[in-house]
Amino acid sequence: MKARLSLTVNGETHDVLVPVHKTLLEVLREDLGLTGTKHGCELGECGTCTVLVDEVPVLSCLALPADLADAAITTVEGMAEGGRLHPLQQAFAELGAAQCGYCTPGILLTAQALLADRPSPTRQEIKEALAGNLCRCTGYTKILDAVELAALRVGVPR
Amino acid sequence: MLRLPPFTYLAPRTVDDAAKALASHGGAAMLVAGGTDLYPNMKRRQFEPSVLVGLLAIRELRGVRGGAREGVTLGSCTTLSAVAVHPEIAAHYPALATAAGLVSSPQLRNMGTIGGNVCVDTRCNYYNQSYEWRKAVGFCMKRDGAICLVAPRSPRCWAVSSSDTAPVLWSLGARVRLRSAAGERTIPVETLFRDDGIEYLAKRPDEILTDILLPPADGWRSAYLKLRRRGSFDFPVLGVAVAVQMEGDVVRDARIVVGAVASQPRPAPAAAAALVGGRLTSELIARVAELAAGPAKPLDNTDFTHPYRKKMTRVFVARALASLAGLAPAGEPAAEVA
Repeated sequence: MKARLSLTVNGETHDVLVPVHKTLLEVLREDLGLTGTKHGCELGECGTCTVLVDEVPVLSCLALPADLADAAITTVEGMAEGGRLHPLQQAFAELGAAQCGYCTPGILLTAQALLADRPSPTRQEIKEALAGNLCRCTGYTKILDAVELAALRVGVPR
Repeated sequence: MLRLPPFTYLAPRTVDDAAKALASHGGAAMLVAGGTDLYPNMKRRQFEPSVLVGLLAIRELRGVRGGAREGVTLGSCTTLSAVAVHPEIAAHYPALATAAGLVSSPQLRNMGTIGGNVCVDTRCNYYNQSYEWRKAVGFCMKRDGAICLVAPRSPRCWAVSSSDTAPVLWSLGARVRLRSAAGERTIPVETLFRDDGIEYLAKRPDEILTDILLPPADGWRSAYLKLRRRGSFDFPVLGVAVAVQMEGDVVRDARIVVGAVASQPRPAPAAAAALVGGRLTSELIARVAELAAGPAKPLDNTDFTHPYRKKMTRVFVARALASLAGLAPAGEPAAEVA
């Protein structure tokens, strides 16, 4: 069964004709060419495929595009604006908060949702927000440092 | 890529339409809400339904209504994230907010629903594996095989109830509403479960779990403790739900329900009865915890050793009761690892 769907990704609307059993992850990578979203376990056990749906982090490997016709989807390709890196991307690059980099897109988007919700999170709040993103290089310390740095640069204390 | 098998997807906008769709497709159709349990299982070819009836477009299934005074009704498709932070639930049914907030990971809780967690498939080391892995060990009776690989001479499947919220809802005296094309019924949540790893729900395949009804809070206090290897992602290998209704400093009524030690949540009525009429002293708590561990008979089919999980039942019941009594925990770290 194929379905004609209209998906809004990073502010652009895409009309696609895809089998309904293709996951959002598969459609992003294979039909829209947005390969920044990575496939890890594909079973909901790693967080690498995380994207934002209406600003909320979800697992694209377990989401059906058919349920997302009215949603605003954000992938890592949508983070930089006008050629300028998002403050999180900048902080990750400066602090070396990526080793192999495979988990990075999912972590960046999860952190973006956290900072939108809580501009000045505590270390514990960052850890809890990122509890669904595994880094198999286990480089967590620099990831937490980078989220803190980005929050400091973006967040004006209130 | 680990892909889903092909299916036809229906996304009705009302419960009536969903019930009709389910009835018209007979056994070929399955229900799906957040998909966080079903889709991984489908990717591993544990289910290959030709039709899926998706519930996410049904507005009436979302949200929390009512209050602690008259009772709270949760739509079954309310996300676990929403349940975990709901102020009325966090204040008056804290064990439920805790349990919902301990399911898997933040992303998964943003997708997974309370109804889905109540109905979550039972789990086993021999079942939650890829098709190739299961084929290599000869398949088990829960899917594609004839015997139970945990207990080969057993006529039944011993897969483990792995819901965090089910034991809590049982301890809170919740009821669930089931609707089908033929009508609706509201039943105590404890009668929703069956002691069988394959047929673990008493819900008929044509029925949709639409609402979870919590009784008035009425002085009940509750707590939930979960044992797992990691602080995130993992299913419970032990979940302890306790609820006590106090009259002054005396226990008027109590319920203790243990999760992840059998194919359904396991109540400990003798232990709960021993609390009634008593004060929550450390001596009484120790005696009750010993009694509560009795009905827990974990098998060697999840993470951690089963003797350890049995031992931890006593420890977690004691800790949960101590927290309700306002007593300091017994000097051990909250996250216990073998």
